Amino acid sequence: MREVNTKEIVDVVARLCMDANYNLPEDVLDTIKKAKEKEDSPTGKAILDEIIENNRIAREEKLAICQDTGFALFFVELGQDVHIIDGNFQDAINEGVKKGYQDGYLRKSIVNDPVLLRVNTKDNTPAIIYTDIVPGDKLKIIFCPKGGGAENMAEVQMLTAAHGIEGVKKFVVERVRKSGGNPCPPVVVGVGIGGTFERCAMLAKQALLREPLGAPNPDPKFAEVEQELLEEINKLGIGPMGLGGRTTALAVHIETYPCHIATMPVAVNLNCHVARHKSAVI
Amino acid sequence: MGNEIKLKTPLSDEDIEKLKIGDKVLLSGIIYTGRDAAHKRLYALLKTGKPLPINIKGAVIYYVGPAPAKPDYVIGSAGPTTSYRMDPFTPFMHEKGLKATIGKGNRNKDVRESLQKYKGVYLAATGGVAALIAKSIKSAKIIAYEDLGAEAIRELVVEDFPCTVANDCRGGDLFEQGIKEFKI
Ligand code: SF4
Repeated sequence: MREVNTKEIVDVVARLCMDANYNLPEDVLDTIKKAKEKEDSPTGKAILDEIIENNRIAREEKLAICQDTGFALFFVELGQDVHIIDGNFQDAINEGVKKGYQDGYLRKSIVNDPVLLRVNTKDNTPAIIYTDIVPGDKLKIIFCPKGGGAENMAEVQMLTAAHGIEGVKKFVVERVRKSGGNPCPPVVVGVGIGGTFERCAMLAKQALLREPLGAPNPDPKFAEVEQELLEEINKLGIGPMGLGGRTTALAVHIETYPCHIATMPVAVNLNCHVARHKSAVI
Repeated sequence: MGNEIKLKTPLSDEDIEKLKIGDKVLLSGIIYTGRDAAHKRLYALLKTGKPLPINIKGAVIYYVGPAPAKPDYVIGSAGPTTSYRMDPFTPFMHEKGLKATIGKGNRNKDVRESLQKYKGVYLAATGGVAALIAKSIKSAKIIAYEDLGAEAIRELVVEDFPCTVANDCRGGDLFEQGIKEFKI
């Protein structure tokens, strides 16, 4: 049994909030730079240049890459031999979010009740925390600030076996086409297939966290579908910010899970070009 | 790409008429910020004929909820938010004299028609390049709805604010045309 103090969790989370919002992962930036070389649309190329320049400014001056610094999502892998002391784990994460968003001059975008009152909580809490218990005595925290624009373009469809892989592909491409410029393309396309209604949505979200960007699914059959989908999506012509071009998606990541004999749920979750996430191990 | 055009607010019908889709605009002068919650309030005032906290004649509204300003900065990162959420309010605001809106993503048919009817434009700014865009904002002050935090209405003074004409007053739509051009 190893003890982890909540004070350390607060500090680590606060640091992650700032780091993720200022510094785009290198693999994402590299993919954007490569896409720029292949972009035929002058407007599209100019937008990709702006994106690269914006990331330079954000990194150098420690500014939010995007003003929408997102819903604070956490994916936690808690080693079963870790004992958290000196307070409550969830409170510690929320405390870290509060501190990180305050000290980091990040926007607070959360309202207390989704429909009736919609009053801003003013500290970007509560966070959303998913926890997995894993072997070992380490605590891994992955932080992913998720902006509203791209999140609004997500969808789950309860397809069935009869739709087959063609049904899945059609749904994914259509979802990206209908989203147009709204999710701030070039996007990362997260696809979850299998499990249940909520599980496939979760898989689609987790697909957005795959490192490095564009790494293939370990199953070659799905890796092939990822490649095919990326090509199809980049034929849509949507381009950077939806103003026309070749670079609509940077990558397609598929995650799967076994499913019930009667079902084949599929979820699509998009990330914008500000495909942020950072992790830390305590 | 179209021409590069410098514009100064407030905008006139003549300013609007010379713009066509694809033109790069560098906007200077006063613009107002406003997004979902502020639009709801502005619209309610307009509908009941009450005075607005902004002068809407010739005005430009930028759909943005900026990040807080760090010390020595006038504003935090400040890129556009998705425009379609403001679609239900925009035509009536153009009728009352609004000349341009700035945001990201496309607009519905009602908005596009109102641009033709009342001579207006929709300008697209690049989403997610918020630190870069903030460099063109020279001052910012909250003029209404401070309780809304990031969503409060701010008066911004901008210099060469970068945007692109996405919908002009002749029915042009850069989203539609751009996709048509690059679809394979
Ligand atoms: S979709 Fe992403 S880049 Fe666009 S405004 Fe939202 S957070 Fe920023």
